[in-house]
Amino acid sequence: MSDTVLSGLAEIVEEVAGVAADDVTADKSFVDDLDIDSLSMVEIAVQAEDKFGVKIPDDELANLKTVGDAVNYITSNK
Amino acid sequence: MTSGIEVVITGLGATTPLGGDVTSTWDALLAGKSGVRPMTHDWVEKYDLPVKIASQLVVDPTEVLPRVEARRLDRSEQVAIVASRQAWSDAGHNDDTVDRQRLAVIIGTGIGGAITLLTQDDLLETQGLRKVSPLTVPMLMPNGPAAHVGLELRAQAGVHAPVSACASGAEAIAWAYRMIMSGEADVVVAGGAEACITAIPVAGFSQARTMSTRNDEPEKASRPFDTGRDGFVLGEGAGVMVLERREFAEARGAKVYGRLAGIGTSADGYHITAPDPEGVGQSRAIAASLRSGGIDPADVGHVNCHATSTPVGDVAETVAIRKAIGDHPVLTAPKGALGHLLGAAGAVEAIVTVLSIRDGIVPQTLNLENLDPAVTLDVVAGEPRKIKLEAAVNDSFGFGGHNVALAFTPA
Repeated sequence: MSDTVLSGLAEIVEEVAGVAADDVTADKSFVDDLDIDSLSMVEIAVQAEDKFGVKIPDDELANLKTVGDAVNYITSNK
Repeated sequence: MTSGIEVVITGLGATTPLGGDVTSTWDALLAGKSGVRPMTHDWVEKYDLPVKIASQLVVDPTEVLPRVEARRLDRSEQVAIVASRQAWSDAGHNDDTVDRQRLAVIIGTGIGGAITLLTQDDLLETQGLRKVSPLTVPMLMPNGPAAHVGLELRAQAGVHAPVSACASGAEAIAWAYRMIMSGEADVVVAGGAEACITAIPVAGFSQARTMSTRNDEPEKASRPFDTGRDGFVLGEGAGVMVLERREFAEARGAKVYGRLAGIGTSADGYHITAPDPEGVGQSRAIAASLRSGGIDPADVGHVNCHATSTPVGDVAETVAIRKAIGDHPVLTAPKGALGHLLGAAGAVEAIVTVLSIRDGIVPQTLNLENLDPAVTLDVVAGEPRKIKLEAAVNDSFGFGGHNVALAFTPA
């Protein structure tokens, strides 16, 4: 698991949804633990695409349930 | 009234160009302060707009709201949330004071999320679809202010958003009256919100030649009933009141500011923007508010006027007042100080009217130096006037020929 990607993603989540970056850990579910709605997930995905130079198509986004899922997807696709 | 139901006001909230809450707004109004200032936005110079002044909030809502909450809301929604929280708290309500299925929210706006619309359109043009916010639609929809407040309070008797231009805020309060009188709700949070000080509304109103261009003297630009008036000054803000069935309010021991005794609404059927110079539709709304409230016109001591500082509108309103009430009411026009808050105007000015009754004082019409000779009624100028009021009417009129009159009486 890339710490750089995790901390970069945590910054985006804090900016968009107001969740403290320290709380954005790999095991957390975006919806169930961090209370992030589908609209905010779209914003987070767009910012992550820009920050990490990846493409996150809608059907892939739907599979990213946890922060760890997102970090792994970004790490293996950038 | 045959129903036996009375509607009372138990909470007030506002954020305006005169203050970040009701008390500071009321104090500034009585002190003769103006909310009008030069606009510093870059688009004023970019488009060489003829209007370079506006009546702008003294407390920016982003200073009051948490950052993440603010970024999910259009400015018109931000001010609605700020004013509603004040009113709800002022009324002494909490999670347990009312069954949510007996609680409604009604907040109107004239323009809606114009700033969001323009900002997102710019992003689409310059950076493409990916940069358009997924929150664009809930931020720009004109029911957004009502919807966000309704969601926060979990109001389930109904959430509504009247859109009748500059009468929207007053129409929301009239709608609240109807919901309580008909038994649909015990408590209604009602008012208006507006925040559209951006290029297109300013350009459009300018092209319609409705705005003051007294750019060199911002504080003197809004001057209802004065011979030197040359148009309105665009403003922003929100006003919200909590209205309740009297028995419900008394049962929970709430303080009562005053009573909304009656309401009247009508339409001119005359012109899309110009008022009927004979004031026929306006006078019908005023008369209806007295009739529904069982108020004798002779008891109406005061009218809080819509008067926006346009040459035609101000005089037409006084014709309507004479027709519906007579020559005796003492008038004031708060837009001299506040500017024109469009869809929030009726709500903020209704709050002012309620406070005039409570405190027995009518604020002066700021900048009224030379009364238009076509106005033959007594308009308060110079300084506030002490006057005990048995009943007072608040007028609100909007582009489209919408007329709303609210008749208030003491608690």
